Amino acid sequence: MKVVLQDLTKIFPSRDKKAGKEVVAVNNFNFEIPDGKLIGLLGPSGCGKSTTLYMISGLQKPTSGKIFFGDDDVTELPTENRGVGLVFQNYALYPHMTVKQNILFPLENLKGADKMSKEAMLERAYEAAKLVQIDELMDRKPSELSGGQQQRVAIARALVKMPRVLLLDEPLSNLDARLRLQTREEIRRIQRETKITTIFVTHDQEEAMSISDMIVVMKLGVVQQIGQPQEVYDDPVNLFVAKFLGTPPINVFNGKVAGGKLYIGGDAVLEVPGIGDQEVTVGIRPEGFVLDENGPMHCKLSNVEIMGRDVSIVSTNEASLNPVIRSIINADNKVDTSAETVRYSLKPHKVFVFNKETEERIKFEVK
Amino acid sequence: MVDSKHQWKAWIYLSPAIVLLLVFTVWPIINTVRMSFLENYSGLEAVGGATFEFGIGNFQKVIEYKRFINCLKNTILLCVLTVPVSTILALLIAVALNSIKGLQKVLQTIFFLPYVTNSIAIGMVFAAMFNIVGSFYGTQNEIVVTAGIINNVLEFLGFERVNWINAGSSYEANIIVMTVYIVWNALPFKILVLLGGLQSINKQYYDAAKVDGTPRRRVFTKITVPLLSPMLAYVVITGFIGGFKEYSSIVGIFGENMGPVDDVGRLNTMVGFIYDALETNKQGRASAAALILFGIILVVTMINMQVSKKRVHY
Repeated sequence: MKVVLQDLTKIFPSRDKKAGKEVVAVNNFNFEIPDGKLIGLLGPSGCGKSTTLYMISGLQKPTSGKIFFGDDDVTELPTENRGVGLVFQNYALYPHMTVKQNILFPLENLKGADKMSKEAMLERAYEAAKLVQIDELMDRKPSELSGGQQQRVAIARALVKMPRVLLLDEPLSNLDARLRLQTREEIRRIQRETKITTIFVTHDQEEAMSISDMIVVMKLGVVQQIGQPQEVYDDPVNLFVAKFLGTPPINVFNGKVAGGKLYIGGDAVLEVPGIGDQEVTVGIRPEGFVLDENGPMHCKLSNVEIMGRDVSIVSTNEASLNPVIRSIINADNKVDTSAETVRYSLKPHKVFVFNKETEERIKFEVK
Repeated sequence: MVDSKHQWKAWIYLSPAIVLLLVFTVWPIINTVRMSFLENYSGLEAVGGATFEFGIGNFQKVIEYKRFINCLKNTILLCVLTVPVSTILALLIAVALNSIKGLQKVLQTIFFLPYVTNSIAIGMVFAAMFNIVGSFYGTQNEIVVTAGIINNVLEFLGFERVNWINAGSSYEANIIVMTVYIVWNALPFKILVLLGGLQSINKQYYDAAKVDGTPRRRVFTKITVPLLSPMLAYVVITGFIGGFKEYSSIVGIFGENMGPVDDVGRLNTMVGFIYDALETNKQGRASAAALILFGIILVVTMINMQVSKKRVHY
């Protein structure tokens, strides 16, 4: 089931009528979510990603715009008739019911022609439980389960009625780091097996990048960029997107372009053909630095962090907008930790130049 | 743990409370037990130097009293009638209050008013409503002239007027009046507790139910009530305890007669029985009755706890 969002807008009226302004939580969201894909809505808190999700679920009504499931306009359809499965951030499992009762609950609500026999319901419940691998926990209460297990129950409950669209609100935020890695793979697997169009919300870019077919980066209610994770990472449209994706985050510098050359501080670090002379903001991915004794870029070495496979070099530069510059180099490179300066050359496709005012990307030709 | 060196300090800080508790709570409890086991104990005679033998005569006498059995019957009947009715009504009102937005605070205050009103005063108003306006005890002549508002309404709707509480009224009519009054009086506290419970239920359970297309009734029975069950258990248990101590409500409606003028003491309760014994200087008998009442409340509460252990869900 493809999901189409058309000029979707949500405006919350101001609480304080005198002083407050109304809040535009989602502003003119247009997107066609292809059938059977896993989509990550990504952005910092307050960017409208959860509001978007709740509008798709029907729990919130859009101020304007339309939502289609396939060819059906569901904008005015109440939640219960949309056929969505929703997994809440804190799971919202009914604490007084066992796992089995929780999973059965949506099926027991079915009326009329959809009504199922007890055996059929149980079968479906066990099917869903098996899919998320909790079929051995069916008689436990939610309070007797770990966070990860609760998460699975919540997914099973959302899946059991075979929703047209599965929605996950910050599905991993309540899990510890190790479980988070495991569970996100799990979500990926479940989505692949069921082929249900799945939309999930997260503020964790790593999470979104690692499992999504496509990500949507949002900021203050406005969609910044939509695309495959790698595509967005490699080709951000503006500084916000560049900063939001990637760990460690991108290094940002004040720079200027003169005569087709990009200057950071006094160093002419890169040729940037096609950009006119101007002050710019420069973003360089941590992996965009290459240790080079004769490299054009000079930085003051602070320290070196060994991470096994890689080495992270922490240095400073007067033009840097972050307190420190972090570069990631293959551990095979020997770093002289006693040196005062470290010199880099740059990988051109890891360097992004942005307009200083609008923060929009200015592209240059990479040779 | 408090450092043993400073323990005396802790005791000093606690001493005002401990002294007060010892004098006004612990000693009276011990003394009640003592008095109940002294045959025909009377405070007045004890001051005069009389001594009393140990024995269980007080308990025997209390149980053999027809009046006591009558009090016990009234008390249990009122409990059984009022606790379920007031709990269910309070639940419905709390749910309704919780689902409206605009006037919630105003209505909440209105529903809470009886709680801060003197129950004797409420009783007098109820007596007036069920009785003849302006006359508390009334005579048969007055009933014929001006009935209370309840009877006015009944007549307006085409029913026969009922002699609710005056001379010649039936026991059933008396009990109906008491039930209405006690339920009304018990509602505010229960509504307050249940509304508090409702407001602390995570809204996401309702969102989840909505996504799954749960019908309203099912939301109420399968989600709201179970999630409210700890509060419901609390309200029922305190309701029973309060019910067994029913006294001032009867006084509020019937005055110290504890019944219609032609049948004094008809609606007397356990606590009323204890007060009567105290008034006639039979502290031994009063103590025995108090211990019996304590035993009954203990048993009922334990049963309540056992039941709620199975029914309270988490």
